[in-house]
Amino acid sequence: MFLIVAARFLAPDVKRFTIEAPRVAKKRKAGQFVILRLHAHGERIPLTIADSDPDAGTITIIVQGVGKTTKLLNMLEAGDAVLDLVGPLGRPSEIERFGTAVVIGGGVGAAIAYPTAKALREAGNHVIAIVGARSRELVILEDEIRAISDELLITTDDGTYGTMGFVTDQLRGIIESGRRVDYVLAIGPPRMMQAVAEATRARGIRTVVSLNSLMVDGTGMCGGCRILTTGGARFACVDGPEFDAHGVDFDLLVQRNRKYARQEAESLRRFLEHPERD
Amino acid sequence: MSANAPTPPLSNKERVKIPRQHMPEQDAGLRRSNFEEVNQGLTVLGATTEALRCLQCASPKCMAGCPVGVKVKDFVELIVEGDYLRAAAKIREDNILPAITGRVCPQETQCEGCCILGNKFEPLGIGYLERFVADYERQSGQLGLPDRAPPTGKKVAIVGSGPAGLSAAGDLVRMGHAVTVFEALHEIGGVLIYGIPEFRLPKEIVRREVDVMRAMGVDFQTNVVIGKTVTIDELMADEGYDAVLVATGAGLPKFLGVPGEHLNGVYSANEFLTRVNLMRANEFPEYDEPVFDVRGRDIAVVGGGNTAMDAVRTAARLGAKTSYLIYRRSEAEMPARAEEAKHAKEEGITFLCLTNPVAFLGEEDGFVRSVRCMKMELGEPDASGRRSPRPIPDSEFELPIQMAIIALGTEANPLVQSTTPDLKTTRKGYIAADPETLRTSKKGVFAGGDIVTGGATVILAMGAGRKAAASIADYLNAGTWDQPQGA
Ligand SMILES: Cc1cc2nc3c(=O)[nH]c(=O)nc-3n(C[C@H](O)[C@H](O)[C@H](O)COP(=O)(O)OP(=O)(O)OC[C@H]3O[C@@H](n4cnc5c(N)ncnc54)[C@H](O)[C@@H]3O)c2cc1C
Ligand SMILES: Cc1cc2nc3c(=O)[nH]c(=O)nc-3n(C[C@H](O)[C@H](O)[C@H](O)COP(=O)(O)OP(=O)(O)OC[C@H]3O[C@@H](n4cnc5c(N)ncnc54)[C@H](O)[C@@H]3O)c2cc1C
Ligand code: SF4
Ligand code: SF4
Ligand code: FES
Ligand SMILES: [Mg+2]
Repeated sequence: MFLIVAARFLAPDVKRFTIEAPRVAKKRKAGQFVILRLHAHGERIPLTIADSDPDAGTITIIVQGVGKTTKLLNMLEAGDAVLDLVGPLGRPSEIERFGTAVVIGGGVGAAIAYPTAKALREAGNHVIAIVGARSRELVILEDEIRAISDELLITTDDGTYGTMGFVTDQLRGIIESGRRVDYVLAIGPPRMMQAVAEATRARGIRTVVSLNSLMVDGTGMCGGCRILTTGGARFACVDGPEFDAHGVDFDLLVQRNRKYARQEAESLRRFLEHPERD
Repeated sequence: MSANAPTPPLSNKERVKIPRQHMPEQDAGLRRSNFEEVNQGLTVLGATTEALRCLQCASPKCMAGCPVGVKVKDFVELIVEGDYLRAAAKIREDNILPAITGRVCPQETQCEGCCILGNKFEPLGIGYLERFVADYERQSGQLGLPDRAPPTGKKVAIVGSGPAGLSAAGDLVRMGHAVTVFEALHEIGGVLIYGIPEFRLPKEIVRREVDVMRAMGVDFQTNVVIGKTVTIDELMADEGYDAVLVATGAGLPKFLGVPGEHLNGVYSANEFLTRVNLMRANEFPEYDEPVFDVRGRDIAVVGGGNTAMDAVRTAARLGAKTSYLIYRRSEAEMPARAEEAKHAKEEGITFLCLTNPVAFLGEEDGFVRSVRCMKMELGEPDASGRRSPRPIPDSEFELPIQMAIIALGTEANPLVQSTTPDLKTTRKGYIAADPETLRTSKKGVFAGGDIVTGGATVILAMGAGRKAAASIADYLNAGTWDQPQGA
């Protein structure tokens, strides 16, 4: 069992948890994730390690409630526990002194991008963070990201906060202004990441995305998380989750992520009707 | 004939006249829609009768055919005497998981394949008898814990909780060493838990064996991926382990590399079986993990081994309308056990042999719609002596299916090797270990089971685990590390 020591909502349906996991806390690097299972009938789901405190033996995860498992998780409070948690999984982000690095986080992607942005800044990069959300109340980690970036741009789809529009509008603005961009990291919904890849492709700007494919074991055993790159099929859990954006087949990713849409909807409906059952 | 009544000694002539006892099976029509065990186990009468068939050979061939040298003749004699608990103890001297091996060993090529009776008659049902005494022992609740030697003060880490890791742990803890088994998944058992389906090996049996080992003092730590959560070097340098056994199995799935393989509904056997066995997706939505809904649909499994049989029979149980098994050689070449192939056919699986998939075709929405296949014929024998299949020109045909499972075997998972720089590997990425001592190129580190041999069998993995345990004990006693020959 893995004890939750703190839990707090950052936005509607987005909750931050601090969980006791000493081995993971000691080992994790930016870009890695854990897989957890809430209870004996639960599924295994991957969540990025947003932060860790090796001395306290805790890790932080930030969870957006989108379906059965994440909504159930977001009902847990400090003092509750998670049945299984394994990690750190995946390869750490490549952290180098690239020069100017643009880090883009869409939705809960901001939470996933945060640890890597922080590491890029610590490595001496000039970090431009672009945080996008549908509307004002969904902008998360603004203060945290401001603290570890040199410039912060916020966009909302509906214009209720920051600039109205998409993160790619801001990215294009930067590129077209003639500023030198050495590195782009984009994390968010697949179609957003695809749009970023298209925005940087022509200029050959090194662009990395973190892929959210469906996972089970997270150790390379099942092959369920496979994605297609120009170099062939890869397992996102062990070869990724970060990949060169310009080689990724995003259509296939989107298609594969919809595989269980019907079952996921049924599971959520059942859960919302009787949340107490779990 | 009652188990405890004194049985007059039979002559060999009389013994060979007794027909081999049949394993009672769940009716094929019934079992196709449940996950309960197919083989129901011999009755006391059946077991006693079968045991009487044994000729009690002076130099028994059966024992030589068993990779761990189970004293078949002795335990069979104890069955005749009606002393099932001692029979179980006798098996456990060489094999700590008899309820499992009695069910899944390929006996026809091992103990039973060597039984002298098989020359003229049917071989003794050794697997059935092994299972019988192990089940009796379990149900009696009188499982005697073996004695444990006084603590040696030495710590051993075992990486992976499949049969190799479990059997090594059992031996080492008995010798008085402190043993911790690290497992990446949330449940102990390796392929026994996530791979082999419930209807062949009830998970309760595996759990029970693990509980026994826990009671013996083995420390099990799930949710630890060695190489990620902690490395082998850290285990030895920081956590004080004196020796490490790597028993991580061969878990990396192989794919065909044909177009359309990433369509929705195309699984690796590992993923499909893990979803059902480990995550219980067959009980969705009671359990949260989903699996493709095959009810009323047609499915195909590609491959001819045990894994392919398990996958196709599992899919049939999930309610598939037609379940095809696509195999590129002929049925005679199939590596799966004959019993599994027979059971599969009885359950209505359609075998398409000498057939090879060349592409999967999909619908607009990305779900698989059909598999395009070629007919094959057998050519000249290849290096391994098997006749290699070659495509028949213009024989392509399309088979409509809505789900496919690729069961082509597995390879070495590189996780541990790639994070342990001084651990030598073979050309194919398996860990190089001395065949006798199971020592690797790294001091204090041993390796055994599928991660050394490639995908093999439960009993071979167990044998490797026991060998490793003995070798680790030698090393811990002597404290010296001679250069291994094989690594
Ligand atoms: C490497 C990685 C890191 C991630 N990090 C975060 C994070 O930090 N915070 C966060 O909120 N979310 C993160 N996600 C996404 C998160 O795993 C999914 O939102 C979650 O699994 C949804 O489960 P559900 O039952 O609540 O929703 P469901 O309704 O079951 O699924 C909703 C959608 O989530 C995805 N999903 C479902 N099951 C899985 C699964 N087993 N594995 C992966 N994706 C799945 C699918 O696209 C699905 O359509 C990450 C995903 C990956 C692959
Ligand atoms: C579907 C299927 C059916 C089979 N049927 C039969 C049969 O009928 N009869 C038979 O004799 N054999 C059968 N086999 C083969 C047999 O199961 C294997 O040969 C045997 O299980 C190998 O044992 P092992 O201990 O080497 O590894 P495994 O059983 O593979 O166990 C390895 C364990 O190590 C864990 N692990 C891997 N990497 C790490 C890591 N880095 N850190 C921590 N843990 C890790 C894995 O999660 C796994 O639990 C079958 C195999 C499959 C897949
Ligand atoms: S362990 Fe397997 S091979 Fe050995 S006697 Fe038992 S069933 Fe036969
Ligand atoms: S070879 Fe067959 S008949 Fe002889 S002892 Fe072994 S099991 Fe009995
Ligand atoms: S999640 Fe199973 S191989 Fe990646
Ligand atoms: Mg879900």
